[in-house]
Amino acid sequence: MRMEAVGDHEKPHVLAVDDSFVDRKIIEKLLTNSACKVSTAENAQKALEMLGVADGQQSFKDTLVSKVNLIITDYCMPGMTGYELLKKIKESPAVKEIPVVVVSSENIPTRIEKCLEEGAQEFMLKPLQQSDVRKLSCNLAKFTNPCEGRLCVGRWRR
Amino acid sequence: MDVGQMRRQWVEYTKSLFMEGFLDSQFEQLQQLQDESNPDFVVEVVSLFFEDSERLLNDLTRALDQPSVDFKLVDSYVHQLKGSSSSIGASRVKNACIAFRNFCEEQNVEGCRRCLQQVKQENLLVKNKLETLFRMEQQIVAAGGSIPNMEQIGF
Repeated sequence: MRMEAVGDHEKPHVLAVDDSFVDRKIIEKLLTNSACKVSTAENAQKALEMLGVADGQQSFKDTLVSKVNLIITDYCMPGMTGYELLKKIKESPAVKEIPVVVVSSENIPTRIEKCLEEGAQEFMLKPLQQSDVRKLSCNLAKFTNPCEGRLCVGRWRR
Repeated sequence: MDVGQMRRQWVEYTKSLFMEGFLDSQFEQLQQLQDESNPDFVVEVVSLFFEDSERLLNDLTRALDQPSVDFKLVDSYVHQLKGSSSSIGASRVKNACIAFRNFCEEQNVEGCRRCLQQVKQENLLVKNKLETLFRMEQQIVAAGGSIPNMEQIGF
């Protein structure tokens, strides 16, 4: 019987968006340690381009649109915020089913509520830890199909 | 000094950094992320942090030197520095940033300038401490030893 190793294409693919180089490096390692494939973007505009849904983009060729299983975005970013990115994603038929997790260093209930109302899968507090990311990747494995309900297992009340 | 002594010295030094509040549990998270596939992970992330912090501290110095201070801009720089210091577990830098943000909110220029000095000092202190720690690690590895795992020690 031939044993098959988990190929790259079978790992969940996560797009991480954060303007901080330090945080991008950390989230990338956290995710690869949880057996995920990672792409990163330093701002929301770049993220939209990588997904093929930025204004004016004509084609999905060479984009991540059909590959990404989860988007993790920082809330506070210059230019377009994580909240605005979330809205754009949810407005776009091509990518609105991709779960979006918003992360922030600030525990502000109104901020959390508005993200969840806009369709964020979860809101988590920074700095992220291995246990947070492990929870996310476990849930990813279960929810390969778009689902109706929201998962709220993140830490937002410390 | 033999490898055993070097490793013990490393443990004592690391413990002191945590006890004195220079580092918090987030730094431990980084250490735990380091593995054979990425043996320099902690050094790389920490180096990125100091590049970032130096740039932000220069930006802050310039912003607070203006005849009319843009507190929103100053606050955004401090917010960034608070975020990245928190991400690497540089606890005293992070706390100095929290105090700094309060003075930004109050639009208190003198308070802000004092905080900037404080943050610069804490940044330099933790930089020196970490450089010492990394030097110890290099010596251990060069002597054929491995860096102790803080989790295993039960710290």
